[in-house]
Amino acid sequence: MKKLVLILSIFFFGFASLFGQVEVEDSKVSSIYPNVDERKIIETKWRYTYALHLESNTIFHKAEKGYEYFLYFKYNYTYDQFLNGEFDKGVWSLNGSDLFYSFKHIKNFVIAQITKNVLVLEFEQTNSKGTFQYHFVRVDTKDAPFVKPVNELPDVLVEELGVGQRQRVEILKVLFRGANILIFDEPTAVLVPQEVDDLFQALEGLRAQGMAVIFISHKLDEVLRVADEVTVVRQGSTVAEVKSKDVTARQLAELMVGSELPQPSTQGHTRRDEITLALKDVSIPTATGSRDLISNITFNLHAGEVVGIAGVEGNGQAELVEAIMGLRDYTGSIEFHGDSIDALSVADRHDLGIGLIPEDRQRQALMMTSPLWENRILGHQRSKPVMRGFVIDKKATFESTRTIMQEFDVRAPGPDTLAAALSGGNQQKFIVGREMSKAPALLVASHPTRGVDVGAQGAIWDVLRKAREKGMAIVLISADLEELIGMSDRLLVMLRGTITAELDPAKTTPEQLGSAMTGAA
Amino acid sequence: MSNALTRKLSPSKIGLAVAAPLAAAVFSILISSLAVIASKKSPIEAFKTMWDYGTESGSLMEIVNTATPYYIAAIAIAVTFRAGLFNIGVEGQLRLGALFSCYIGAMFVLPPVLHVAAVFIVAMTFGGLWAAIAAYLKVKRGVNEVISTIMLNALAGGLSAYLLSKHFAVIEEGSNNLATKELPASAQVPDLMPLLRKVGIEDQPGGGVYGMFFVAVALGLIFWFVVNRTRFGFELRASGLNPIAARVSGVNSKKMTFLALVISGAIAGLAGLPEVLGQTYSYNLGFRAGIGFSAIAVALLGRNSAGGMAVSALLFGFLEVSSRSLELIDIAPETYVIMQGSILLSAVIAYEVVRRFKLTLQSKELAKVVAA
Repeated sequence: MKKLVLILSIFFFGFASLFGQVEVEDSKVSSIYPNVDERKIIETKWRYTYALHLESNTIFHKAEKGYEYFLYFKYNYTYDQFLNGEFDKGVWSLNGSDLFYSFKHIKNFVIAQITKNVLVLEFEQTNSKGTFQYHFVRVDTKDAPFVKPVNELPDVLVEELGVGQRQRVEILKVLFRGANILIFDEPTAVLVPQEVDDLFQALEGLRAQGMAVIFISHKLDEVLRVADEVTVVRQGSTVAEVKSKDVTARQLAELMVGSELPQPSTQGHTRRDEITLALKDVSIPTATGSRDLISNITFNLHAGEVVGIAGVEGNGQAELVEAIMGLRDYTGSIEFHGDSIDALSVADRHDLGIGLIPEDRQRQALMMTSPLWENRILGHQRSKPVMRGFVIDKKATFESTRTIMQEFDVRAPGPDTLAAALSGGNQQKFIVGREMSKAPALLVASHPTRGVDVGAQGAIWDVLRKAREKGMAIVLISADLEELIGMSDRLLVMLRGTITAELDPAKTTPEQLGSAMTGAA
Repeated sequence: MSNALTRKLSPSKIGLAVAAPLAAAVFSILISSLAVIASKKSPIEAFKTMWDYGTESGSLMEIVNTATPYYIAAIAIAVTFRAGLFNIGVEGQLRLGALFSCYIGAMFVLPPVLHVAAVFIVAMTFGGLWAAIAAYLKVKRGVNEVISTIMLNALAGGLSAYLLSKHFAVIEEGSNNLATKELPASAQVPDLMPLLRKVGIEDQPGGGVYGMFFVAVALGLIFWFVVNRTRFGFELRASGLNPIAARVSGVNSKKMTFLALVISGAIAGLAGLPEVLGQTYSYNLGFRAGIGFSAIAVALLGRNSAGGMAVSALLFGFLEVSSRSLELIDIAPETYVIMQGSILLSAVIAYEVVRRFKLTLQSKELAKVVAA
């Protein structure tokens, strides 16, 4: 089987500006923000580490306040003013010193932080005098298209956000930065359809401003909807360049894979009578006593059934997984094959036959600096074949690793290759193979195909399909709505920690599901 | 299988394995040469003097004796390093282990082997208990083990001095030295000279090799086996390499943290014994200080592997013993501290460079496989 590295590069109108318009006029810089009036700046702060006046080589300002150096700007203005160039050439007075700056000189966003409906961006900036400074901007995000903290988020750092939330912060950062060429690499993977619409609308605005956009995706409908020109890349080289109006989705699919695109789908009902997993009133209260992270989750999962958990990221899906795996304390009860597992440790649950494909493979499922055969043991360190009593059976582990690599098409030189050397898709196939090797009765699959190429995606779907037919119960959490609808026998929608709807995937479109996820329906 | 074998022995692999230590050695020789030159002496003469002195049989025995406690203490530290922790408190743990084992060990008489075993158990118990304080604080209260073990070192120093002078010491006639009661013969670990004589090694003035040498070797083997080949060792390493993944995979991280620190403390308790059971037969004011700190460097240089730490312990022993000869040619013997430091620094850098190089190499190899 040929490995297909699939990247679709789509070039928007305005590709010429790549070469012809490197310097954007000031007026244009200020008008590239498509939703300027929707956002309002609440407050800005300047943080100086040091401010060096290069011409005279004297430090002209140094304000200190504790560890960080703060200077509050008492300047009331709207976002319009902020971006309409009023500051671009203006003179700002700061403690008696003049300060020139231009947004063109923004170099680097350093930190972003989300508080209640407020996005805090922090970026490094050089002004015309070569002064380095840090700038905080607090933006009201109530109406901003890309940052919708669905939960009432307390003050959190970006590192604590889910992947979806982070990506939205990322997109806003890019828009904010005033780049001439925007490159989006699978930007819609974690967005619900409504948010995708928002994004595309914004892209339209960028396009009208003469921006060049490179949009990398393997979602064909999006590509055709959004692109002017399509470049199909396979295994690192261009196989076709076409105008999007000249091709159909089918032709594009064939160009991409050389054959037909894999579809997430299952056939027939394989659901059996026995209940594999039963959750009853499972809640995770927070330490602070505010709203539960998840509350009163109740559902039964039969053998041979796939239940899909739909929801915008950060609505309790991750916590639900942690409760099922025993990684978090919860109230209520969870039964596996009719027996309560509430008192069991994480390891006990693994041993019982609960498999897990974690959300973040590098952080939660692999020891990146260790060889594959050692990673084979992770999560299975209490069971055969990798263990003989208390001792690692290295030979059997090597054999088993090799088998996994063959069966699941993990492309690597051998079991002693470091996990870090593998591509994301191969890492994921290895993790899926590792979990399947113990033939679990229940598989908790959290974003099993996120960020993997189409070849690996198809392979993973195949594995899940076969396991379902053999009677494995699967909890599938995904942000890919087609995957959810295609693979699930039943869909549960999670919003703010509770199950708000149960849908039949056969009668649900991605748009309907998206509405349910955002609570619009 | 033959394929795997050839891959294992390919020149590039061997080259990589040798490259780091070699580069580190060359670099550190350069730096220490500079230090010698700065004191207006010939580095070649200095190294030659050290080599000549250090390879005499008497010095070799002393080197082994110096390296033995370093090695045991380094193993103790490596246990925590492997678990992603850092036990700086080995110094305090080994001091208390030695003090209590001498005090309690001298209270009774048992058959020879049993008595030594009892002394070991006492040493491990007190070393382990002392570390357990830091372990408890870490697991229950989230206190950083680096901070707590440093503090416990200071406490152990004070506590051992107090206990020795006020409670444990017996007064020696005509001596200012404070020492615990001498251990009975059954608790003393015999010298290896009789054994060495059999293989044709002659007595040296001031020579002799501690019997604890074998204990150190055994500990090294046990360490290697447990860490690399057992479930416990795997869970230990997993929690060190990726604590989140380890937790998700069912490793009880709190338990591993607690056990790693306590086991480390127990092993550290043994590190003070080679000298007291093999030479002084009591804990006294002259108890060798700094073993626990040098052992940190030994563990780092030896990459926390049983073999690597053995080599680096011997290297440190060699530098320490042979540097005494520098005085003969008017160079400050403390130059060896510069050598130790520069070796450590260059080794850390060289290993990192080689690690990155290896990863690039693997990625290239991988690219070939994927393309095929």
